[in-house]
Amino acid sequence: MAKLTLDKLRVLREEQKVVIERRDTSDKSIHVIVGMGTCGIAAGAKEALNVFLGEAYTRKMENVVVKQTGCMGLCYAEPTVEVKMEGMPDTLYGNVNAIVAKKIVDQHLVGHRLVNKHVFDYPARDIHKE
Amino acid sequence: MAMVNIKINGQPQEVEAGTSILDAAKAVQVKIPTLCYHPDLEPWAACGLCVVKVENSPKMVRACATLVVEGQNYITHDPELMEVRKTVVELMQSNHPNECLTCARNGTCEFQDISEDFCIREAPYCEMLKDLPKDESTPSIVLDPRKCINCGRCVQVCQQMQDVWALEFINRGYDTVMQPAAGALLNESPCIKCGQCSAHCPVGAIYEKDETEKLLAAVRDESKHVAIQVAPAVRVAIGEAFGLEPGVLLTGKIYAALRMLGADAVFDTNFAADLTIMEEGTELVKRLTSKGGGPLPQITSCCPAWTDFMEKYYPDMIPHFSTAKSPMMMQGAVTKTYYAEKAGIDPKDIYSVAIMPCTAKKYEIGRDDNMRSSGYNDMDLVLTTRELARLIKRAGIDFLNLKDEEADNPIGIYSGAGTIFGVTGGVMEAALRTAYKLVTDEELGDVNIQAVRGMEGVRSGEVSVGDTTLRVAVAHGMANVRQLMDEVRDARDNGREPPYHFIEVMACKGGCIGGGGQPYNTDEEVRQKRTAGIYSDDEKSTVRCSHQNPSIIKIYEDYLGEPLSARSHELLHTKYQARPLYQK
Amino acid sequence: MAIKKYCLVCGGTGCETGKTDAIYRGLLAAADANGISDDIQVVKTGCFGLCEKGPIVKVLPEETFYVGVSPEDTGKIIEEHLVEGRIVDSLLYKVNNKKIKFYQKQKRLVLRNCGVIDPEKINEYIARQGYVALEKVLFELSSEEVLEELKISGLRGRGGAGFPTWLKWKFTAEVESDKKYIVCNADEGDPGAYMDRATLEGDPHSILEAMIIAGKTVNSDHGVIYIRAEYPLAIQRLEIALKQARESGLLGDDILGSGFSFDIEIRLGAGAFVCGEETALLASTEGNRGMPIPKPPFPAVKGLFAKPTVINNVETYANIPLIIEKGGAWFKAIGTEKSPGTKVFALTGKIENSGLVEVPMGTTLREIIFDVGGGIRDGKEFKAVQTGGPSGGVITKDYLDTPIDFDHLTAIGSMMGSGGMIVMDEDDCIVDITKFYMEFCVDESCGKCAPCRIGTKRMHQILGKITSGQATMEDLQKLKDIGLATQKASLCGLGQTAANPVLSTLKYFEEEYLEHIRDGKCRSGKCKDLVTYTIDADKCIGCTVCARKCPVPCIAGERKAPHVIDQSKCIKCGICFDVCKFGAVIVA
Repeated sequence: MAKLTLDKLRVLREEQKVVIERRDTSDKSIHVIVGMGTCGIAAGAKEALNVFLGEAYTRKMENVVVKQTGCMGLCYAEPTVEVKMEGMPDTLYGNVNAIVAKKIVDQHLVGHRLVNKHVFDYPARDIHKE
Repeated sequence: MAMVNIKINGQPQEVEAGTSILDAAKAVQVKIPTLCYHPDLEPWAACGLCVVKVENSPKMVRACATLVVEGQNYITHDPELMEVRKTVVELMQSNHPNECLTCARNGTCEFQDISEDFCIREAPYCEMLKDLPKDESTPSIVLDPRKCINCGRCVQVCQQMQDVWALEFINRGYDTVMQPAAGALLNESPCIKCGQCSAHCPVGAIYEKDETEKLLAAVRDESKHVAIQVAPAVRVAIGEAFGLEPGVLLTGKIYAALRMLGADAVFDTNFAADLTIMEEGTELVKRLTSKGGGPLPQITSCCPAWTDFMEKYYPDMIPHFSTAKSPMMMQGAVTKTYYAEKAGIDPKDIYSVAIMPCTAKKYEIGRDDNMRSSGYNDMDLVLTTRELARLIKRAGIDFLNLKDEEADNPIGIYSGAGTIFGVTGGVMEAALRTAYKLVTDEELGDVNIQAVRGMEGVRSGEVSVGDTTLRVAVAHGMANVRQLMDEVRDARDNGREPPYHFIEVMACKGGCIGGGGQPYNTDEEVRQKRTAGIYSDDEKSTVRCSHQNPSIIKIYEDYLGEPLSARSHELLHTKYQARPLYQK
Repeated sequence: MAIKKYCLVCGGTGCETGKTDAIYRGLLAAADANGISDDIQVVKTGCFGLCEKGPIVKVLPEETFYVGVSPEDTGKIIEEHLVEGRIVDSLLYKVNNKKIKFYQKQKRLVLRNCGVIDPEKINEYIARQGYVALEKVLFELSSEEVLEELKISGLRGRGGAGFPTWLKWKFTAEVESDKKYIVCNADEGDPGAYMDRATLEGDPHSILEAMIIAGKTVNSDHGVIYIRAEYPLAIQRLEIALKQARESGLLGDDILGSGFSFDIEIRLGAGAFVCGEETALLASTEGNRGMPIPKPPFPAVKGLFAKPTVINNVETYANIPLIIEKGGAWFKAIGTEKSPGTKVFALTGKIENSGLVEVPMGTTLREIIFDVGGGIRDGKEFKAVQTGGPSGGVITKDYLDTPIDFDHLTAIGSMMGSGGMIVMDEDDCIVDITKFYMEFCVDESCGKCAPCRIGTKRMHQILGKITSGQATMEDLQKLKDIGLATQKASLCGLGQTAANPVLSTLKYFEEEYLEHIRDGKCRSGKCKDLVTYTIDADKCIGCTVCARKCPVPCIAGERKAPHVIDQSKCIKCGICFDVCKFGAVIVA
C-alpha cells in the first residue's frame, strides 16, 4: 500500500467500513471467522480453520470467506467460530473441533440450520456504538 | 549552590541541593547504618540497611541513594526502622558462614561491625549456605563466594572504577554470585590482579593471597640470606593497621621491624625507583630526539596491573611502553647480581622479598622469563602491607615503639624523586626532574612540579624542559585511561602529532598509596592523607633528584656503566606481548 | 427452504433439570401442528448463563428471551410468536434481552477489536475508527490539549501502580532533551495474566497508534516495545502490524504529511519477571543485566539511556485512541470517580466461565465471579480470589461486594495489579497457594537487594515447613517479621509486594495456618504430608483393585479380606481413593 495522506486515509476508512460491516450483501458472501489467539490455537483452532478452508475448496463454495481474528475473551469455550451469512442470525459457536467444524459447514452453511449444542451468542455488539 | 531546608529527626538543617539523606545526616552527627555503600562508588542501593522514613509516609527509602527534598523531615531511627534493619541483618547472617574465628577478615570485617552495632545475639533463621569452591587461580587474589554478601562493590569496582570487567553478577536471585563470565576462573579472565576488589570487599569473600608463611620459612632457613625491600606507599599507610592516622611516615620503624622479623638485609624500593628514572628518563630523551628510541608518547610501565591491562586491552600500544622494568623487579635483579657481588654472597642463597601496597606485584614476579634476568628468580616473594601488619603483630613486635633504623647499603638510599613514585603523578614528576638535567644539562630550579600533582582522574599539561615544551598526561584509576589511549590512537591512526610526549598511568586511584594491598577502609580522605605523607617524605629528603643519588651514581660507575647499556638492558629492561582477554 | 426463525432451548444443567426435553418436544409438536416445521428450527443449545431464570427459550433472529418456560407454554410460543408474530409478553425476560451473561456486564473498550477484526489486516483496524485519534493529534490538537484530555479522562496506569497517565506524560513533555523515548511494557509476567497478550495478538495497531500519539505529545521520535519472548504470536502480529503501518506511511518519516516522524522497534525479553519493573526493563533494553535502580530519578525524567522516557503498560496505551477520539469526559463517565474507565481481567481458576473479561471499574467482585464468570465449577464453595498476581492479596467471601477499583482493593489489603484474577474454592489450600506465589518470587528475584533475595527464600522455606507439618508457632512470627522487612526494605516492587500474599492470607486465613502447624491438618487435602490415606475395614470387601493399582505398592491384603495401607511407604498419590468403588478409602 502506498503511503497515505490524511485525505486518502479518510477515504480508505469509509471504503473499509462498508466492507467490514457487510452492509453491501450483493455478493452474498458467507463469513466464517475463526478466533486465532494463542488460547484458540492451543485449543485446536487451526484444525477447525483447515476444515473450513478444505471444505470450501472441495465443495467449490466460492462465496465462503474464512477469516481469522483475535481472542474474543471466551477462553473457556475455545475454539470459537463466528458465522455471518444472509438469511441466518449471526451465530457464535464454541468448542469447535474438526468434527464440529464439518457439522457447521454441512448443517449451517449449506443446510441453513444451526448446529445443536454448540451455539453461543454473538459477542457484544455495543462496543463502538456507545 | 542552591540550598535546601530539611529536618533530620525533627532537627532543622540547611544543606546543598543534591546532597543525599545519608550525607545530610552525617552533618548533624547522625550515622545511618550502611553496608553496600562505599564513598568511592555510585550508591548501589542494594543491602537495604540505610532505609529511613519520610515523615507522614509509610514507605521507607534508601538514604544512600535518595537526595534531600525541600521541607521534608527524615526519620532515621525509630522502632520500626530498627526492627526492619535488624531483620535484614539476620537474614544476611543466615546466608553467611559463621566462621569469624578462622576468617581472613576477623577483626576488620564490616559485617562484623554492623552485627555488633545492631547487637545481634541470636540467629532466628535457618542457615542455608552456598556450597561453592574458592578461586585461587591467580597468584594475587582469592575469591571465596561462600562468604559473599552480594553487596555488589567488587563488580562495580571492577567494571565502573577499573574498567576491567573481570567480575560480573552471574545467575539470578538467591543463586547470584560475583564471578568472571562463563564460569571462567579469575586467571582465565581479564583480571589484572589490581586487588581493588579485595580492598573494597566488606567481608572475607575476596582477599589477598596470604604468603606470610613463606617469609617465616625463609628466615628460619639458616642457609637463606633474606633481603627485603619496602615500597614507598607502605610507609605512609602501615600505621593505620596500628591505629595511627593515614600518612604518618614510619620508614625507620619498618626497617627495624623487618630486621626483628629476621631479615638479613633491608633495602628500599625507592633506590630502584631512582634507577628506573635513570633508565626511563634516558629512554624518553632518546625518543624525543628520535635517535631510534621508539614512538611517542612514551608510557610508564612500572605498574604491573597497568601493563597487564595494556597487554589485554591495548596491545597496539606496546611500542609506546617504556621497556624499563618496575622498580621492584629492578631491585630484585640488582639484589641478586650487584649486591650479591658486593657482599660476597652466592646469589642462589639470596631470598628476595618485597613489601608492596600492591596485589598485582605477586603476579609480576612470575610474569615471564624477563623476571629471571639474574639467572634466578629476581624476586622470590611479595607481601602486601596488610600481610606485613599481620606478621608484625604475630611476631609480637611492639611496632609503634620501635626505634627508627636505617636501610642497608648499597641499594637502600633514595632520593625524594624515588619516594614520590608512590603517588599519582610521582613517576612523571621524578622523570621530569631528571629529564630536565638530561636535556638541558642543568638542574631544575624548583623541583616541585605542581602541574602533575593532584587527584583528578586525568591530568594533562605542558612542562618546559629547556627549549622543548613537553606535553604530559597522568591518569590513575584504570577507567580513566581509556580517554587518553583513544586520543593517542586517534592521532596515530590519522597521522597527526602525538597529543602527548609522556604519559604516566597508575591502575589504582591515588597511585600506589591507594593500592589493592593497603590497609582497609581506604577512601578519598585517606588517600589524600597518605599522599601528603609521601610528599613530606620528598620534602625532607636531602637529595631530591634521582640522578643526584650517590648510590645511583655508584651503581652505574661500578656495575651498569650507563643507562641503557647492554648490562642495563639485560637486567633492567623487559618485553611485552599481547594477551587474550579470556583464556579457556 | 430457508429457515426463517430459530427457537433455541437452553440445555444447561439448570434448565435440563427443569424440563428442557419436554419443552423441546413440545415446541416441535406445536410447530408441526401449526404447519411451520419447515420454516423454523428448534435447537437445544448450551447454557445461556441466566440459570436462575430457566428454562429459557430464545427466538432468533429477533433475540427474544423467554424465561421460566414450562412445557405447557410451548403451544403459545409457537402460535402467538412464531405464527402470528406477537411476542408473548408474560414470558418475556424483562430486564433486557441482551447477550449471554458472560458478555452482559462487560464493556469491551480495550478489547473493542479483539474477536472482531483480523489483526493482520490494517484496513480492518482503520475501518473500525482506527487512526482517527492519530489524525486529531497530528492535525488538530496541541500537546497541551492532548494532555488536558488525558487529565479530564482520569486515566490511571493499568500496569498495577495506577499512576495518573497524563501526569507521567506531562513530566516527560516538560523536560528539555535532544532525545526522548516512548516505551511500551509488554513483559506481562504475572502468572495467570494474559490480557496484554490478547490485546497484542488481537489488536496490535491500537498500541502502535497510542505510542505515536504519545510521541507527538511529548516530542519523541522513537518508540520501543519491550515484549517477553514467550509471546511469539504477539511478536509476529506486532511485526506484521509495524510493517503494514510503515507501508501506509503511518509510521516513519512525515506521518500522513504532518511533518512528524516516529518509528517503533521491538525488543524481546529473556525470561525475567523482574524486567517488568520499569527501571529493570530499561536496563535490559540498554543491554545490561535487568536489575532495578532506586527511584527517584523517575524514567519520565531520566529513563532509557538516561533520556526522558514515557513507559506505560499495553492496556494503558489501548485506552488512549478511544480517549482522544471520544474525549476525556466520555471516558471519565465510565467506572468510578477515582478510577475511571474499564479494566481487563484474566478470570481463571476454579470458575465456570474462565476467560478475558473487561468491566467498568466499580463492578463488584461478586458480579465478576458469579455473573460474568458463572460461579464456581462443579458447584464447589467459593473460598477466596487472588488479584494482582504474586503482588496481590486474597479477598474473601466477606469482601465480595467490594467494587473493583485501585483504591478499594488497596484498602482491603490487595491490589489491582495488572489484572490477573484467580478464583479458589474449598479444594485449594491457602498455604499451598501462598507457597506457590513465594516460589515464583524466589525464582524471579533479581538478587540485587538482600531483603528480597534472602527474605523470599526464607519465607518460602517456612511455608514449606508449614505445608509439610514441621513448622512451629515461632515460624508464624518469623513469617511476619520477614514479610515486614521485605515489604519495607526491598529495592523494587517485586520484593516490596512479595510478602503481600503471605501477609494477606495470614490475616484472613490464620485458622488454616494454625491447622497446619498446631493440628497437623490440611483441610483441603492438598498438602500431602498432612494427609493420611487409610482403609475402612468395615467397608472394604477385599476386591484387591487398590492393591493392584497402587504404584508403590504399599497395600497389603488377601482376596475378600480387608486391605491395609502401609503408612511408612504411602506416597499419598490418591490413586486408591480414586479407584475404590466402595468408598472404603478414607482421606484425613
